[in-house]
Amino acid sequence: MKPEAAKILRAFFIELGVYAVLVVGYFFLVLHFLGGWLLELELHHRYTYASVAILLIIGQAVVLEGVTTLLFRMLRGRSE
Amino acid sequence: MFFPISNAHISPIYLVVVGFIIGILGGFFGVGGSFIAGPALRAVGLDWNFAVGTDLAHIVGKSVVAAKRHRALGNVDLKLGLLMAVGTFGGVEVGAQLIQALKRAGNVNLVVSIVSIVVYLSISVFMFWESRKTLASQKTVRRPIKGAKTTDDHSALKHMTRRIQGLKMWPMIHLQTSGVKISLWTIILVGLVGGFFSGFLGGGAGYIRMPSMVYVLGIPTHLAVGTDLFEIILSASLGTFTHAVKGNVDILIALVMHTGAAIGAQIGAICTQYFTGPKIRLAFVPLPIIGAAIVIYTLVTGHKL
Repeated sequence: MKPEAAKILRAFFIELGVYAVLVVGYFFLVLHFLGGWLLELELHHRYTYASVAILLIIGQAVVLEGVTTLLFRMLRGRSE
Repeated sequence: MFFPISNAHISPIYLVVVGFIIGILGGFFGVGGSFIAGPALRAVGLDWNFAVGTDLAHIVGKSVVAAKRHRALGNVDLKLGLLMAVGTFGGVEVGAQLIQALKRAGNVNLVVSIVSIVVYLSISVFMFWESRKTLASQKTVRRPIKGAKTTDDHSALKHMTRRIQGLKMWPMIHLQTSGVKISLWTIILVGLVGGFFSGFLGGGAGYIRMPSMVYVLGIPTHLAVGTDLFEIILSASLGTFTHAVKGNVDILIALVMHTGAAIGAQIGAICTQYFTGPKIRLAFVPLPIIGAAIVIYTLVTGHKL
């Protein structure tokens, strides 16, 4: 394997490792603290649930995009 | 892990891995990946209506990440995306209403399965034929395309595309980013058809819209991929809202899937820089076939249908 490819691959796996730790922590927070509230909304306030669902997924997308970009920069010293 | 909204037990690792794979495919092909995500959710016992709605929610997040990356690469025609959204919104609602009617009739799983198999296989066969024909006719065109997006794209159906572009139905729209002038009604019709399949089969319907943009509107493949992702954000958001109101979305499953998709989408988007349009389209061919195979498997084995 070429040194450059090995370097990229190593950085990628470190990124995955850091990302996995963050994601596990996130699972705990979201599923543990929001699960009951979201179920309640889904059962009794469907329109609020629909709005919250979209906000949550877009919010998560923006945050995770920031996190992954930051990881790329930190571990590779530049933005891909 | 137990997901109370859909009353399902699903491994979070399975969801993250599915999300990651779909993220790569979405970033590379500009599709929502519902032809894999829907069946993948069905395979672990989720009802079709939940699989469709939840998949849409996860696609919103993934498309935000991938579209942002494609925008940075100059692959998004915002004007085209916003105009198509007009047709898409109408189509999504029609598709979602049809799902509701089938739910009431009690045969939503069977009908959606059969329609999805027919649609997926048709797209694969057509794109295989077209991309092979295009590649065969342009063997002399060989150059790296890093950053390319507007001119170095070819299609075997260029003559058909030119005829459609030649239809002078007022108002004509000049899409400067894509380098195309075409009737507004053609753009809206493409959006309407894509939106219908988005609401009916789930996902962003990129498997219909991306090829339609290339073959019907004449948009270069790289721009079609990026613009499709932007369009998917709008259509999948509306689809998510509509399905959530009807009780078809488990947002917790979508959030877990999206953690894998977020990183996959970035990788996929970066990869598009290294392939020409026809090669991207040819590589796209196996994806709907995989989706169809999963649906056929669940039909044949009677997996909660």
